[in-house]
Amino acid sequence: MITAFLTDSTLCIGCKACEVACKEWNQVPSDGYHFTGFSYDNTVALGHSTWRHVKFVERTAGVAAPIDGTAGYRSNTFRWDFSSDVCKHCSNAGCLEACPTGSIVRTEFGGVYVQPDICNGCGYCVVSCPFGVIDRRPEDGRAFKCTFCYDRQKAGLAPACAAACPTQSIQFGEIGELRAKAAARIAQLRERGIDDASIYDPQHTSVGGTHAIFVLRGRPEDYNLPSNPEVPTVHLRDGWSSAAVAAGLMLLGTAAAFFMQRE
Amino acid sequence: MALQDLANADAILIMGSSMAENHPVGFRWVIKARERGATVIHVDPRFNRTSAMADVWAPLRAGTDIVFLGALVNHVLTHGLEFRQFVVAYTNAPAIINDDFKDTEDLDGLFSGWDPEQRQYSPDSWAYKSSDPKVGHEDGHGGHAKDRGGEASPMAHDPPRDPTLQDPRCVFQILKRHFARYTPAMVQEVCGVPPEAFQRVADAYIRASGPERTGAICYAVGWTQHSTGVQTIRTAAILQLLLGNIGRPGGGILALRGHASIQGSTDIPTLYDVLPGYLPMPTFAGDGTSLDSYIAKHRLPRGWWGNLDRYIVSLLKAWYGDAATAANDYGFDWLPRISGDHSHFGYWLEMADATGTIDGLFVMGQNPAVGAPNARLARRALANLKWLVVRDLVELETATFWLDSPEIARGEMRTEDIATEVFFFPAAAHTEKDGCFTNTQRLLQWHERAVEPPGDARSEAWFMYHLGRRLKARAAADQRPANAGLNALTWNYRTIGPHAEPDANDILQEINGRRVADRSLLPGFHALESDGSTSCGCWIYSGVYPSPDRNRARERKGQGRYGQGWGFAWPADRRILYNRASARPDGTPWSDRKKLVWWDRANREWVGHDTPDFGKRKAPDYVPPSGATGDEALRGDAPFIMHADGMGWIWVPSGVKDGPLPTHYEPLESVIPNQLYSQQSNPVADRKERPDNPYAGSPLDPRYPHVLMTYRLTEHHTSGAMSRTLSHLAELQPEFFCEISPELASNIGAANGQHVTISTPRGSVVARALVTARMRPLRVHGRAVHQVGLPYHWGYRGLVRGDVANDLLAISEEPTVRIFESKGLVCRIEVRGPRSEVRDPRAEVRGSEVRR
Repeated sequence: MITAFLTDSTLCIGCKACEVACKEWNQVPSDGYHFTGFSYDNTVALGHSTWRHVKFVERTAGVAAPIDGTAGYRSNTFRWDFSSDVCKHCSNAGCLEACPTGSIVRTEFGGVYVQPDICNGCGYCVVSCPFGVIDRRPEDGRAFKCTFCYDRQKAGLAPACAAACPTQSIQFGEIGELRAKAAARIAQLRERGIDDASIYDPQHTSVGGTHAIFVLRGRPEDYNLPSNPEVPTVHLRDGWSSAAVAAGLMLLGTAAAFFMQRE
Repeated sequence: MALQDLANADAILIMGSSMAENHPVGFRWVIKARERGATVIHVDPRFNRTSAMADVWAPLRAGTDIVFLGALVNHVLTHGLEFRQFVVAYTNAPAIINDDFKDTEDLDGLFSGWDPEQRQYSPDSWAYKSSDPKVGHEDGHGGHAKDRGGEASPMAHDPPRDPTLQDPRCVFQILKRHFARYTPAMVQEVCGVPPEAFQRVADAYIRASGPERTGAICYAVGWTQHSTGVQTIRTAAILQLLLGNIGRPGGGILALRGHASIQGSTDIPTLYDVLPGYLPMPTFAGDGTSLDSYIAKHRLPRGWWGNLDRYIVSLLKAWYGDAATAANDYGFDWLPRISGDHSHFGYWLEMADATGTIDGLFVMGQNPAVGAPNARLARRALANLKWLVVRDLVELETATFWLDSPEIARGEMRTEDIATEVFFFPAAAHTEKDGCFTNTQRLLQWHERAVEPPGDARSEAWFMYHLGRRLKARAAADQRPANAGLNALTWNYRTIGPHAEPDANDILQEINGRRVADRSLLPGFHALESDGSTSCGCWIYSGVYPSPDRNRARERKGQGRYGQGWGFAWPADRRILYNRASARPDGTPWSDRKKLVWWDRANREWVGHDTPDFGKRKAPDYVPPSGATGDEALRGDAPFIMHADGMGWIWVPSGVKDGPLPTHYEPLESVIPNQLYSQQSNPVADRKERPDNPYAGSPLDPRYPHVLMTYRLTEHHTSGAMSRTLSHLAELQPEFFCEISPELASNIGAANGQHVTISTPRGSVVARALVTARMRPLRVHGRAVHQVGLPYHWGYRGLVRGDVANDLLAISEEPTVRIFESKGLVCRIEVRGPRSEVRDPRAEVRGSEVRR
């Protein structure tokens, strides 16, 4: 079965249980004790030691909270949005394509998995991820990211983050079902007058859709998600074509130089 | 009410709680309700994670909840929005009150019966008209027990009633006059809430009333930790009774408890004024002379508490076994007696004063060096002990106050001067021991040991059992009368495992109760007797272990709307208390949509989605025969069976020490004069003012112009001992911070992330400023009032450390349950050091591409 996450930020209460459950299950180390001053977010972004990350978006429009009773979930001007980010497990995964050792593989569940015993720490994957997810751990050198709880899935369990989520903001299941659920959810939200919600599942770009689908309010960029993520390998054809043209021209030039000399 | 039942509500008012943050798992039911179309309302000084999930958020100045709720009550009454049939049939609104009662409206903030010398009320004039002999207060009595300190009047007869609710002396009319000045304009002036916000809340919430709709109220320590805490909850109870939102699906008041089994620790209490099952603790006064005098005072002639004799005798039989006989009052004289204020603060102040009355202290599952109000005083008090036993998962601040407390760092105490001998014992975690939690909704849930505790770590039960065993061995060798109770105590739990753990099943069976003759387990509290033939450690839990092979707390097959079959909800597995009120007086449901239990005419019994909280076969038209006592003396349409009149109490005739109705008083420290009465703060609250527990001037001490409140974050647990020691949690909120508005930050010249100093007369702390538009000044009494929010999770040990927020708080006692005031005191805030020293941490993060 091809599985996926559906992270519905309209149900997220910002409790970070997913971050903690992920770290506990996967025994991910701390990545430091730094107060950031960014709302309630002190783990900042996904990285080598943060595989689930809850983003806190204070939508205050630069003004004080309105006290007329309008601020909150239904407001379009004063809200506090939370969304739990995770590796997208892209259908066309930049990291996987860039990995020269074969450490990064696609699993039978459709996820993208880094085999830590094979990874040699070259870091090609890090620059190839259109989402900035995969990351090398400095003290170790190897690259780490969400495993999609491959071990749990093998045992028929949901990933730790989804299991820990108290409000079903993180759902886990068969990808087709979740895509349908996401579409139904958007329709339901619209019906309730919440018209700024949309599905984030970039199927139209070269990543070809992801195995982590999101329901978000506002722009994807607000949550550190690119609107048009591209896999670096899409530039390969252009790159190789340019190289071929360049090589041809050089060859021509060289040939011409010999020819001219003989003249 | 049950957490799951929130999903059935049409509106949920969360106030005095950030439920999404501190009860995230239970909050799933709020989300579920919202997804089903319920309106979620959050009233809170801060726009926090709960507000973010709510449809409507209204801020208010901390400590003004009674004005806000009172205005909701007033709104209901002036617009005739009460659920009239419910109010007339099921509440004491029609009851006529004594002629000599005078309201706070008449006496400018005091009720009749005020004794300025003793600084307490005599509740005589609060009684129902021509009802009962005089009732009175007894010194030292707290308010946790069934009748709030032995003060409830017996109410042998029904008071005169006016079902039209027109009599000027009936509760309904008195209530109307009492709250008449609690208007939206007053809410604006006192709470800082504009009328349009109040109107939104009122419209959204009050709509959830009547036969077809219900609304629920959730609160936590944002309501309790005030000098008027009990009365705030009373106001909510009045509102819910007026709206007919008690005992019905999706209705009720949910007291959110802050830790696992805090509910359990009041049921089987760690409180000084209650015995298990809310039986009052005897005093040295009248009720303590003999078992008969105790029963005479506390057993009510009518209602369920008519069974009190069965419960106290069975409790004594559980504790003293064969040594408890009718001849020796079942060992009643071996029970301790209350002789003064033995509450938490009573004994801490005694310790601080080094009165010599307290030699040693056991601290388990608590970290008073960080978590107690006026923690500075608490740490200094610890130094006066001869010995201190601390049992916990980690060596927390309380165990090392002598080594690394701020007092040592500041040179106020020196380690070599502290004579306290500290014993630190590692404790087993819940995964390392069998046992039982009783959570927020009175649900007992069993947990099993997964692994043996490491090293010397042991369970609390192990510690208490073996300590008791050793003490009993000593007492056996010393037969002085003082040791008689200890010698008589039953202490024979089966032990299991490599560490001789007492079997938790054995303990729960003792709590469940047995027939003394054959030691067979009891099916429930209905089987308890007052002749010594039964034993029961806590009557409300009886039925949890009805047979040796059936531990109902351990059952995990939830069925039906309320998950019956998953755990055991006391009493008698009832998930919704007073659910008789979900049916009309004639026993039919108020509506099909809101049916819960109803009278089955054919089979002549109560049936429905929950265990009926009512006599199973007591017909709706039952009228008690003359001379009936106990539950049989209550009519078939009187749902509130724990009260002697069977009614929900809008009016509390006695038992609450600061009045029969809630009244707004400003917090003990306040930034404005009381706008309603010249009585500034709760006259009965005990400020415990002394040089090491000083107060700011009130109203408005110019040195402390801002409102201070403390609270918790999702990422940490209380004093932080369980979360600051774990990297996965510590990194989520790694530093002590305060939340302030951009306006306040600009007033004091603070940038986001800068270190600021927050001071009160008790002390000062340094925290990082988290400047956010989620905090905002409120316009109160003609000026902008700023509120400073302070999570209190940090201390001087652990992976992440910080100053102790509780150093800022005062020890004070609300009169009825002696809770302290942690919300709504006053403070000063200023930038520490020159501004150039500190940069915005966000710039650091951006600049260095974080730390990876």
